[in-house]
Parts: sequence; structure tokens; C-alpha cells
Amino acid sequence: MSSKILIEFRNEFDLADAISKFKLNGFSIDDVYSPYAIHGLDKLLGLKSSRLNMICFAFALFGLSFALLLEYWLSAINWPINIGGRPWNSFPAFMPIAFEVMILFSGLGTVITFFLWWKFNMNKTKQPSIRALDDRFYCLIEKKPSNDVKLLNEIAVKYSGEILEYKCS
Amino acid sequence: MDSIRAPQISGNKSLSDVTKDVCDIMERKPQKFWWFGISLALSALTLGIISISYQISTGIGTWGLNKTVGWAFDITNFVFWVGIGHAGTLISAILFLFRQKWRTSINRSAEAMTIFAVMCAGIFPIIHMGRPWLAFWMFPYPNGRGPLWINFRSPLAWDVFAIGTYFIISAVFWYYGLIPDLATVRDRSTNKFKKKIFSILSLGWNGSFKVWHRYETVYALLAGLATPLVISVHTVVSFDFATSSIPGWHTTTFPPYFVAGAVFSGFAMVLTLMIIARKTLSLEDYITLNHIENMTKVIIVTGGIVTLSYATEFFMAWYSGNGYEQFVFLNRALGPFSWAYWIMVGCNLITPQFFWFKRIRRNVVIVFILSIFVNIGMWFERFVIIVTSLHRDFLPSSWSSYTPTWVEIGTLIGSFGLFFTLFLLFIRVLPMISMGEVKSVLHYRGRGK
Repeated sequence: MSSKILIEFRNEFDLADAISKFKLNGFSIDDVYSPYAIHGLDKLLGLKSSRLNMICFAFALFGLSFALLLEYWLSAINWPINIGGRPWNSFPAFMPIAFEVMILFSGLGTVITFFLWWKFNMNKTKQPSIRALDDRFYCLIEKKPSNDVKLLNEIAVKYSGEILEYKCS
Repeated sequence: MDSIRAPQISGNKSLSDVTKDVCDIMERKPQKFWWFGISLALSALTLGIISISYQISTGIGTWGLNKTVGWAFDITNFVFWVGIGHAGTLISAILFLFRQKWRTSINRSAEAMTIFAVMCAGIFPIIHMGRPWLAFWMFPYPNGRGPLWINFRSPLAWDVFAIGTYFIISAVFWYYGLIPDLATVRDRSTNKFKKKIFSILSLGWNGSFKVWHRYETVYALLAGLATPLVISVHTVVSFDFATSSIPGWHTTTFPPYFVAGAVFSGFAMVLTLMIIARKTLSLEDYITLNHIENMTKVIIVTGGIVTLSYATEFFMAWYSGNGYEQFVFLNRALGPFSWAYWIMVGCNLITPQFFWFKRIRRNVVIVFILSIFVNIGMWFERFVIIVTSLHRDFLPSSWSSYTPTWVEIGTLIGSFGLFFTLFLLFIRVLPMISMGEVKSVLHYRGRGK
């Protein structure tokens, strides 16, 4: 006996409308599966906005200061070479490389952080149905004793949703 | 509901139609046209491999360079290919930030084009080193030569970092955008081996909205990073010239001039490829006339900036009162390489003007021909900038000329061979249209409520 109820919808609009009805009636939504990111759904589901922006910024600062310090240390301290009489610390000329390293670190850092958060498992796809990445939209609702099953059915039918058996694959 | 705008995708497609149409390109047997294309591309690539092998085993003397013209064909090709790549990032990142929904049909293949073009570009500076097996000396790693560090003040060292970062970030952005589509392919595939490969590549993607939500945040961040990156890359490439003291190179207009030129040539290449692809792969419903029209509009704008840059260069040469500067520009237009200069002007100034007419913008055959002209013109722009500025320098006794050898021409043809080989393989093994993103704009016209 599964502890979750899976409902299949045919388009994003029915899904979104049904979700707001479910929310209104106190059902708790575990997750939604869709072939593409539906805009505005995060607010409906009450998802907090991501802190990845801050992480990206931190990596950018790190990359920038790392590159500048490295360039300074290598050209001015470790082995200074006189190149056309230019100052050991040619700060403006160090900027292009520092900029590129900043972009590189923040880009890679953000993507790697996302992968660590995601904890992906390429051998095990927990997918409600094979059509979730094709043309169907799924809403997974947690079963609670307080749930009004009749109301849930009514909402699902109203938005042409179909209640399916949930198997955790 | 926005009933004024035409739908992004024509043909009244359903969500599953999109999956089917896009996956079908890679699932069905290759057409005759594909075999024809790949044999042509592989022949060109072979010629390139022969030329490069001969050049590396014999030396840079196999090129037509001399003491006066020390940079010519190879750096022209380098700048040309880097420029081609810029349209891909513009479509995938900048148009994403501006919420231009029409990008969804073309961004995947344009990004692929970026990666392949940067690979082609990377070949040229490496082979120009003469001893390409020592190319890793360009990186500041602790070494047994002192340690002797690279000169961080040199624009050529900036290039290594700019192009390297550009390649890595473009490849990450491309793969990142592919993950959901790879999972769709995984779910469809019946072949066990193929399923395994795509399972590994798609990292167990299941369409969960919690993941989608963070995924979209990272996508937007990558777009935000790629935007200044793409501008910085061609800026750094232009610094290779602008920071020198050669008349014709030493100007502050070079960065914006080069970036606009890169987008101009890149969009022409996207048009060339996409027009062939939509015809041969029957993608008329996905890459519609509206897409083609939008791209030609970008060409009008960037072509206008390029035209303005040509005029500014001439004006500044005259206004500076510097005799050397004035000579270089008169020599460009009237000297021994004037034929190249007028090809450049003809292709880059006159061609985009045809796109002011809607009937031309929506005529696929004419757009295709004009896009080829822009490609030719932009190749000649780099040739003109590089060779005409060098061949007659300050001292008339050292004036010289330049003719490419078969090795240089073979290498250029070979780079086209590499580009098209990779592109033709790409459309056979990966979904060339971003299914996830196209599906999200399918009903963009409105909720119909």
C-alpha cells in the first residue's frame, strides 16, 4: 500500500489549477513531474527561492581574488621579470585573465554545487511514469488520514486528471 | 491571451509530436544527403590533417609568411572561427536573458556550433606555435624551468584564458541544457546499449519539479555568466591587435567593432546551417520563417555597427593627422590588397541592406545566398585587418606581400571539414532541438481560457 497518490494531467494549465485547488483544501503536495519547467509553479508549491545565486557570487569573488593574487605573486614576488620596463604589479593588465578566471570559477562552482545538492543517481530513476518526460504532467500527493478522498477525486476529475497507482520505481 | 503574435511553432504540434519529431531525426536511418555531407566533410578534414601534419613535420616555413607579414592566414582563420562561435552564445544566453522565446528552436544547434567553432579556432594558434606539443607551456603551472612563469601582461596569454574559459563554459552550458532531453531519449530508447549510455549521460533526470526549480536558477546564472564572457572573449581577441602599435590595429574602437562583427558573422553561419537543416530534415514547423526573419534582423543591426566601424576607422585615420594611420587606410582601399577590401565592403555593407525588405527576409533561398556572402565578407574583414596593416609597414625597404600556400589553404578547408563533420555527427547522436524548451513555448500564445 503506497502512501502517495499520483494524478496524471494532460497539460500544465490543468495541473496548475488543480494544484491551487489541492492547496486550498489542505492536501500536501509531495512533488510535481513535468517534461519542462512550468513557470510560476514554485510560488504555487511554496518553494523557497534558491540560494545558488549567493553561491555563484561567492565563487566569483573567490575566482577573481585567486587569479589576481596568483598573478601578483608570480609576476612580482616569485620570479619578477622585466618586460619592457612595465611595473612588477601590472594590475590593469592582470585584469582580463582575472575576469576570465572569475567567470570560469563561478560557472563551474555553481554547476558543481547544483550537482552536489541534486545527489543524482544515474542508475536509479525515480520516475512516476515514462511519459513524465514526454507529454504528461504528474502531481504526487501525500496520503494523510485527514484527507477527504472524495474531494480529491472531484478536483482531479474537474481538471481531467486521472488517479494512478503510485509505484516507486 | 496574445492573439496577435503568431505561434512559435507551427503545424499545431502536441507535446508528444515534439518528442517524436525531434527524436526521429536521430532514430531514423541517415538520409542520402547526410552521407553526401559527411563524405564531403571528411574529405575536407583529411586534407586538413595532411596539411597540418606536413606543416608540423616540416615547419612554419611551409606557410607563405615572411619577416614583414608574420601573421596572416592562420590568425585570420582563428578570429573568423571564434567569431562564428559567438552567435551560439548570443542565442543561448543573451536572448534567454531577454526572454526571446523564439530562441528555443535554434539554441541547441547554435550552441553546438559554438563549441565546434571554438575547437576549429583553437587549432590555429596551437599549430602556429611550431612546436604544438609544447602548447601546455602557456599555462602557469609549477615547472622545472625556474619556475619561469608566463607573461600575464601579454594579450596572447589573455587569449589562452579567454578562449579556454569560453570553451569550458560553453560546453558545460550545452551539456547542462541537454540533461532533460537526454532523459527523454533514454525513456524512448529500446536499444539496451543506447539506453545505458543515455542513462549515464542524463544522470537519472526524472522531471521532478523540485529539481527543475533549482535547475532553472542555475541555467539563468550560466546565461548571466556567459553574456559578459562572450563579450570579453572577442574583446580579448581584438586586444591582440589593439594593444600593438601597428597603424590600422592600434584603435580603441576594436572591442565593440569585433564583438559586433562576431555576432554578425555568427548569425550568418547559424542561418546557413539552419536553412540547410530545416530543408533536409523537414523541420519547417520548428524553424519557421519567423525564426529566419528574426535572425536577419539581428544581421541588419550588427551589420550596421560593422559599417559604422569601417567609417569610424577612416574618419579617425584622417582626423588623427597621423601620416602612417592615413597611409594604412588609403592603402587598404587602393593598394595591392584593395580587391580583398572591396570584397569585404561589398559583402558586409551591401548584403545586410537587402534585409530591410520583408519579402527578402522571408525568402529562404535569397536569405541563404546572402548569409553565405556575409560569411565570405567577414572572413575577408579579418584578412584585410591583418594583412594590409602588416604588409607595408613604417620602413618602405621592408615592404612585402603575402600569398597563402597550399598548406594554409588546406588547413582552412580542413577546419571547415572538422566543423561540418562534428555538426553532422551531432545531429545523428543528440537531439538537435531542445525538446524541453520547445514544449514550454508550444502553448505560449495563451491559456485559452
